[in-house]
Amino acid sequence: MNRLAISLPGLDMKNPIMPASGCFGFGREYAGFYDLSVLGAAAIKAATAEARFGNPTPRVAETHSGMLNAIGLQNPGVDKIMEKELPFLKSYNIPIVANIAGSRDEDYCEVARKLSSHPQVSVLELNISCPNVKEGGIQFGTDPKTAAELTKKVKSVSSKPVYVKLSPNVSNISEMAKAVEEAGADGLSMINTLLGMRIDLKTRKPILANKTGGLSGPAIKPVAIRMIHEVSQAVSIPIIGMGGVTCAEDVIEFMLAGASAVAIGTANFVDPLICPDIISKLPELLDHMNVNHISELIGGSWKECEVPSLSR
Amino acid sequence: MRKEMVSVVSQKEIARNIFELKVKGDVVSDMTSPGQFVHMRVSDSFQPLLRRPISICDVDLTSQTLTMLYRKEGAGTSLLSEKKDGDMIDLLGPLGNGFPLDALAEGKTALLVGGGIGVPPLYYLAKQLQKRGIKVISVLGFQSFEDAFYKEKFEAVGEVFISTADGSQGCKGFVTDVIKSHSFTYDLLYSCGPSVMLKALEQQVPSASGYFSLEERMGCGIGACFACVCHVNGGLPSDYVKVCSNGPVFPIGEVVL
Repeated sequence: MNRLAISLPGLDMKNPIMPASGCFGFGREYAGFYDLSVLGAAAIKAATAEARFGNPTPRVAETHSGMLNAIGLQNPGVDKIMEKELPFLKSYNIPIVANIAGSRDEDYCEVARKLSSHPQVSVLELNISCPNVKEGGIQFGTDPKTAAELTKKVKSVSSKPVYVKLSPNVSNISEMAKAVEEAGADGLSMINTLLGMRIDLKTRKPILANKTGGLSGPAIKPVAIRMIHEVSQAVSIPIIGMGGVTCAEDVIEFMLAGASAVAIGTANFVDPLICPDIISKLPELLDHMNVNHISELIGGSWKECEVPSLSR
Repeated sequence: MRKEMVSVVSQKEIARNIFELKVKGDVVSDMTSPGQFVHMRVSDSFQPLLRRPISICDVDLTSQTLTMLYRKEGAGTSLLSEKKDGDMIDLLGPLGNGFPLDALAEGKTALLVGGGIGVPPLYYLAKQLQKRGIKVISVLGFQSFEDAFYKEKFEAVGEVFISTADGSQGCKGFVTDVIKSHSFTYDLLYSCGPSVMLKALEQQVPSASGYFSLEERMGCGIGACFACVCHVNGGLPSDYVKVCSNGPVFPIGEVVL
């Protein structure tokens, strides 16, 4: 028995670990460091209908135990991604989560239709939470009604399950989650980055050319844990948890909060080998916790205990 | 490109806030191309979070020793400056593409222009060019006498001209003033420094062919995060290159500075 295997709509994963969208490019760079087939899945960089250059530089600024980014959804466009990037990942035989973004409903639908029909794509991740683009992105992810409408439209054109990536930049995240669940979302991924800013003391101006950026890294982990703990009790669709994961213990914490799988984002930039390292440490950690299968941990922080632990 | 724990051999301050750090490890054997860089963690924790990109200043392949020069400026480089002999550092490298060495034939002349902390990668380049029988002229610019470094080392491989912004050493002004006042004859220009300096060079010597090494804020250093992109001259608005993985060295004129 594989103690790490997790099965979610459209995602048969040999372990719950995937690199998060935007932190893994299209896999080429990391393939130079390890065999990508060890991953549970991989979420590729957001695709838009047309090629996007993104924002001017500087695009990153370091913060305490974190970083701000304002890349601005740079990507070569959905057609080139299907033609040039996806074939590269084929030989690794891992489920692919294709992140989709846009400025208008029609753009999202076009990208969704194209990518969901690609044989290598397992599921779509509907990005309604990018804080770094002027149009689209987060504006779809802060109003439950708008988010639900877009989810419905994307669902209607997609032949694959759709996970909606939620923004933490809202006052009531459960309301957002419930709205997209009702609209047909097959799962959620959360959290995207928190909107932030840093100011340079010398120039007295924001460091990022875009002024604001999305905060990620260990600094945001408690926010992610709280939101997943809350949302996992409010909806019945699975959650891919993310936000500041840097070690196997963090993965367990996310699953106890209510995540069914866990994505690693910023930590890939710090340590390109972080995903395989975490995967290799999970079995020992399960032994240490007297857990037979990792799925037993999902929602363990709020569920009634189903499996008696040795301490009782 | 690999990730390895390297050990600190020595560290000393050689000019105002300029540190010379020498480390040793198997990975150094891969560092044969001047202009490449390494990406180092300065702490065992995630504070500060990101790695620090530092250019390769010199390599001794026999003893597998890498020399780096960096300016102590923020929290990360302050932590780095505290590393002592025997300390281990998590190093990723060598990264990026260096200066092409075979672009010049034996007997030709290279003009090397460096500004501030852009000077270090030119040292390994100067040594490699000289070894290939290429004449090296170096123009090095600093803020002032206290900030200047490696003059003697560059003098060992060719003619050296110094400029300082305050005139406390060499020519008063910038590297471009040195180039203006001397009519150097050279075949290729190699330069590394702040983008204002590269821009000024591009304007002053528009006919120059050669290579620029760019500085940009980086995230991952390996091409995955898209933090350090530049527009391409004559390309589509969506065309780009990544400084970390396509560069940091580019033919002059290829990217928009």
